[in-house]
Amino acid sequence: MAASKGWGRWREPSVLPGFGLAMGFTLVYLSVIVLIPLVALALRPWELGIDGVARTLSDPRVLAALKLSFGASALAAAVNAPLGLLVAWVLTRYHFPGRRLLDALVDLPFALPTAVAGIALTAIYASNGPVGALADKVGLKTAFSPLGVFIALLFIGLPFVVRSVQPVLEDFDREVEEAARTLGATDLQRIVRVVLPGVLPALLTGVGLAFARAVGEYGSVIFIAGNLPMVSEIAPLLIIIKLEQYDYAGAAAVGLAMLLISFGVLLALNLVQTFLARRGGR
Amino acid sequence: MSSFTHPSRRGVIAAGASAAAAAAVPGLAAAQAGKGITLLNVSYDPTRELYKDINAAYIAFWKKQTGQTITIQQSHGGSGKQARSVIDGLEADVVTLALAQDIDEIAEKAKLLPANWQSRLPHNSAPYTSTIVFLVKKGNPKKIRDWGDLVRPGVGVITPNPKTSGGARWNYLAAWAWALKQPGGNPAKAQTFVQQLFKQVPVLDTGARGSTTTFAQRGQGDVLITWENEAHLSLAEFGPKFEVVYPSVSILAEPTVALVDKVVDRKKTRHHATGYLNFLYSPLAQDLIGKNHYRPRDAKAAAKWARKFPKIDMVTVDGIFGGWKKAHATHFADGGVFDRIYKPG
Repeated sequence: MAASKGWGRWREPSVLPGFGLAMGFTLVYLSVIVLIPLVALALRPWELGIDGVARTLSDPRVLAALKLSFGASALAAAVNAPLGLLVAWVLTRYHFPGRRLLDALVDLPFALPTAVAGIALTAIYASNGPVGALADKVGLKTAFSPLGVFIALLFIGLPFVVRSVQPVLEDFDREVEEAARTLGATDLQRIVRVVLPGVLPALLTGVGLAFARAVGEYGSVIFIAGNLPMVSEIAPLLIIIKLEQYDYAGAAAVGLAMLLISFGVLLALNLVQTFLARRGGR
Repeated sequence: MSSFTHPSRRGVIAAGASAAAAAAVPGLAAAQAGKGITLLNVSYDPTRELYKDINAAYIAFWKKQTGQTITIQQSHGGSGKQARSVIDGLEADVVTLALAQDIDEIAEKAKLLPANWQSRLPHNSAPYTSTIVFLVKKGNPKKIRDWGDLVRPGVGVITPNPKTSGGARWNYLAAWAWALKQPGGNPAKAQTFVQQLFKQVPVLDTGARGSTTTFAQRGQGDVLITWENEAHLSLAEFGPKFEVVYPSVSILAEPTVALVDKVVDRKKTRHHATGYLNFLYSPLAQDLIGKNHYRPRDAKAAAKWARKFPKIDMVTVDGIFGGWKKAHATHFADGGVFDRIYKPG
C-alpha cells in the first residue's frame, strides 16, 4: 500500500502494462515534435539583447499587428462559439434530408489549402464579388479591411467548435433531459441548466482550438486582409516581412510573444475547464 | 549496377538534407535521385513563362550539342524569399533574381559565390532589362498619364509591399526618381511624394503577381504599378479591359543572373549551368526574351521587338541612388524611409 502510494504520483493504476515504454515514447515524441523547435524559437530573439527585444515588441506597428491578430481571433472564436454550438445541435438532434452532406460540409475549411480558401473568400467579398458588392452598397468594406481578417478567421474556426461539441452532444444522456422534463423544467431551463453545463467543457476546447488556429493563420488571411501596416497587417505577415529582411531575431521575438500570449490564453481556458468539470462533479 | 547505386544514393541523401527546401520544388527530390543532369533555376515571380520557353530551347540546344538529355527545374517566388531559400540550403545551380542585391545577399550571407559575381557575365550579368509602367482600365477613365497623377485625390494605386517584393522596390524607386527630376525636385520633396503615393494604396500585396490579381481580377484601385512584362502579360490575358501607360520617367530594371559556384561544384554541373547562363545571351534566347515582353540586350532581337517597347527616359539605380546597397539601407531597411511612411501621427 505504502509503495503504491509513493509511486502514485508517477504511476496511474492501470491493468495495461507498459507504463515505462509509453511514458518514454511520449516524452521523446513531444520533445522532438514540439519542445525542441519551440526552445529553438525561444532562444533566438535574445541575440538582440533584452532592450532589443523590448524595442521590437513596443514598435507601434508590431503592437498594432498583435492587437489585430489576437483581437480578430478572439472575436471570431467568440462568435463561432454560439453559432458552432447551434450547427452541432442541428446536426445531432434533428433528422432531415441532406444532413450527412451538411455534416461533411463542416469539415471543408479543414481540408481546403488555406491559400485556396483565401482566394475564394476574396473573390466573393471583394467589391466586385457577389457579397462584397452588396456590402459595398450599404457602405461596408469587407475584403481588404480588418473585417476581411475576421471573416477569414470565422471560416477556418468553425469546424473546430462544431467537431469538439458534436460528439459530446451525441453521447449526451437523453434520460437526464427527460428526467428534467418530468420534474417540470421548462425548455429554456433544460437547455441552460442541463445541456449547456454538459457541453461547456467541450465548447471551451473548441473555442480554444479555433482561437489558437486563428492566431497563427497566414495563408487565407493575407489574400483578404489588404495588408496595410497599422490597419490590416496581421502578426504572422509581420514575421514573414521581418524574415524577408533577414531579421531572424526580430521575427523570432514577435513569434515568441505570440507563443506566450497564446499559451496564456489556452492555459486560462484550461483552468476554467477544470473548474467547470470539478463543479459539475465529472 | 553498383556504379548506378552510388550516385543515386548520394542524390537521395542530398535531397534528404535539403528536404525542407526541396518541398518547395515539387519533383526535385525525385529528379535528383534519378540519373542524368538536373539543373535548378531559382527565379523570381513573373518569369515563369519566360523560363518555360528558354528551358525548352536550352534542353534542345544541349541535346544537339552534346547528345545529353538534361532536365531543368524551376522555382518561382518573391525575389527576397527565393534568395533566402538559397541561403537556407535550396540547391540552386543558377539564380535569376529581380535585383542584384538579392544575389549579393547570397554571396555575403552564405558565401555560395564570389562577391564579384556580377562582373563575370556581359552587361553586369543582366541578360535583359525591363522597366516599370502603369496598367489602367480601358479608356483610362482617371486620365492617368504620369507619376504626378497617381497622388490625385480619389486615385487608388495598387503596388506590392517593397519589403517583400523585388518588383515593388523598382516601383518605389521609379516614383522617387520621377519626383526628384521634377523642377525644384529634391530628396525631401521626393519623400513627400512617395509617402503620399503609398497613402493611396488600398491593398499592399506581398508579390507582383498578387497585385496583378488584386487589380485585374478583384477590380481594386485605378492603376497598377508593375513590370513592363507583367503589364503586357495582363493585356494578353485579360485583353481589351486594360491599357498600358508609359510614364515620362521610369527606371531601368536589370534583373541579374548568376552561377552558384558551391552548388554546381558539389553537384558537378558547372559545365551545364555555365552553358545555360551563356545561352541567355544567344540570339535565340534573346528573341524569346523579347517575345516574353522583356527588353533584349541583343541589337537584332531588340530591333525585331522594338514596337513593343517605347523609348522612355530611364534612370538607373547606380546613377540616382548610388547602387542597391545604399538604396536598400536608406529606403527599405528597418526604420528606413518606407517604414516611416506608416508611422502613426
